[in-house]
Amino acid sequence: MAFLTLEGIVKTYGKFRAIDGLNLEVRHGEFIALLGPSGCGKTTTLQSIAGFVQPTEGRIVLDGRDITHVRPEQRGLGIVFQSYALFPHMTVAQNISFGLEMRGVPRAERGKRVDEALDLVRLAGLGERYPKALSGGQRQRVAIARALAIRPNLLLLDEPMSNLDAKLREEMHIELRAIQRELGITTILVTHDQVEAMTMSDRIAVMQKGRIVQIDTPFEAYERPHSPFASAFLGKTNAFAGAVQLRNDRCCHVQVHDTLMHVPHEDRALGNDVNVYIRPEKIRLVALGSGRFSGRVRLRVFLGNLWLMAVESRLGLVHMTLPNLGTPPPEEGSEVGLDWSDDDLRLLDREVAHGQV
Amino acid sequence: MARYDAERVGVAPWLLSGPALLVFIALLLAPLLLTAVLSLNLFSDTDGVVPSYSLGNYLEVFRDDYFHEIFLRTGGMALAVTVLCVLLGIPETIIIARMAPRWRSLFLLVVLGPLLISVVVRTLGWAILLGNNGLINDALQALGITEQPVKMLFTQVGVVIALTHVLVPFMVIAVWATLQRLDLQVEWAGLSLGASRLTVFRRIILPQIMPGVLSGSIIVFALAASAFATPAIIGGRRLKVVATAAYDEFLGTLNWPLGAAIAMLLLLANLIIILGCSKLAERRFKQVFE
Repeated sequence: MAFLTLEGIVKTYGKFRAIDGLNLEVRHGEFIALLGPSGCGKTTTLQSIAGFVQPTEGRIVLDGRDITHVRPEQRGLGIVFQSYALFPHMTVAQNISFGLEMRGVPRAERGKRVDEALDLVRLAGLGERYPKALSGGQRQRVAIARALAIRPNLLLLDEPMSNLDAKLREEMHIELRAIQRELGITTILVTHDQVEAMTMSDRIAVMQKGRIVQIDTPFEAYERPHSPFASAFLGKTNAFAGAVQLRNDRCCHVQVHDTLMHVPHEDRALGNDVNVYIRPEKIRLVALGSGRFSGRVRLRVFLGNLWLMAVESRLGLVHMTLPNLGTPPPEEGSEVGLDWSDDDLRLLDREVAHGQV
Repeated sequence: MARYDAERVGVAPWLLSGPALLVFIALLLAPLLLTAVLSLNLFSDTDGVVPSYSLGNYLEVFRDDYFHEIFLRTGGMALAVTVLCVLLGIPETIIIARMAPRWRSLFLLVVLGPLLISVVVRTLGWAILLGNNGLINDALQALGITEQPVKMLFTQVGVVIALTHVLVPFMVIAVWATLQRLDLQVEWAGLSLGASRLTVFRRIILPQIMPGVLSGSIIVFALAASAFATPAIIGGRRLKVVATAAYDEFLGTLNWPLGAAIAMLLLLANLIIILGCSKLAERRFKQVFE
């Protein structure tokens, strides 16, 4: 049974529907990421769960209890805010202790639990500092410790990493995930960063215009996006517009310019306008003359672990990435052969593509 | 942080602040100094101001119960006005800050409006309202709340009411400035940790707006303690405060040196109280002030 259920949530501001009939079921101990561009309603959804925003319609049930109309201070959730929202006039220890005090935890016990929380986020010994004297990463940890110290049954993370620099963000992804697994706490993360969503969560809920358009494990969501929107939002992709030319029970043949592409396990009516997708890393570089087609290297960028290439071909500009295996790929201007496996092609109807952002 | 290179800046800052400095020196420091010198002179009924120097005027003020009462009354009223301004100003500011933008500017104008009217006109208005046959007393009697008119004009209560009305805008402006910097998420964080709205206000919002409350209190206290027009009109001739007492010495008994001494003592008392309070508060709320 679901631990947290959102049922038909609608939130309107005047005529604008910030959340437009959202349904979500979260299992106990699960880490869910609400992923989407700004304005997709993900933050409003989080605030509805927290109780800062009252949904216009719908029901929120947490652990069998309907909390739709419960005041935020009585929901007992742990929340990490985008700005961390530490109390600037209190020490780190006082910040963490605040929630315990509000719950009437005795003083001695409070001290112990503050120390535990500080240990958990590896900030032991910094309890007497004020937030101002901490770095961004440390403040973030205090915010996490403060949210976890009250032992909430649900943890809400509102774009918690957006104020950290890239390297620190990567470290915190791994660390926060480890803490979440260790405590087994049900967690909802709001983010617009697909890497963040993929690194940390068990399932990703891709949001668009106030709805969840797809909810899947990171691997499934990346490999089999249900819509051009999800496909484009979760990483980079090559899209080729075409029409279904031939079909049989095993695959669709799509005419893209003068090339026929075979997309297996798909079925569409003849003549349908479709997009064929392939991820940049699924395209292979092969010797000129072999492979499915050839092209001229337009762009070659070295990213350390990867090479980013753009190849001009009769399908248009094809983006691809190659792992850096020690030998640089052919230079810009050279002719190369390209190949892929048909299993890596994806097919989506073009009508949906209008929703693409 | 970017810094100006002191060597490259040259004399520009002096030139730019020069006019203001000149005005400041000519119109404030010089008269103040002259008043200080005057306060050391003596006065005789026959010869007027005698150019000799002593602390006699100060000793007179310190010895005379009449002046003790005036200073205590002034301090008490200024304190009462400050407390009232804090109690009224903080909720007022918070409510206005949370209104929809349209309403916010309208109500801010309503609050700050009194500053646009001459203090004498405004105070005369209060005199009309507070009088025995004034609007308030007529209303109280019409509603049957009191039989006899409640005496408010020429009382301390009346002066405190009028001064509070005059000075509340300064508190609102000061608190407004700190409230703007407050992060709404901090309040949400307090709620999410289980604090009631009242606790969030007391433990989280209030300490953070303390700098504004403090600077507002200093302004209000200083202006209330040295207020002249309002105590003179609402308080009348008998309910004297330090400012009106100094005025009477200057223009009534023509004892300028004593008037100057009273004025200097008011300035000194104001400075001591204000500096002392802000030192105390800064120590108490160190983290917020930095």
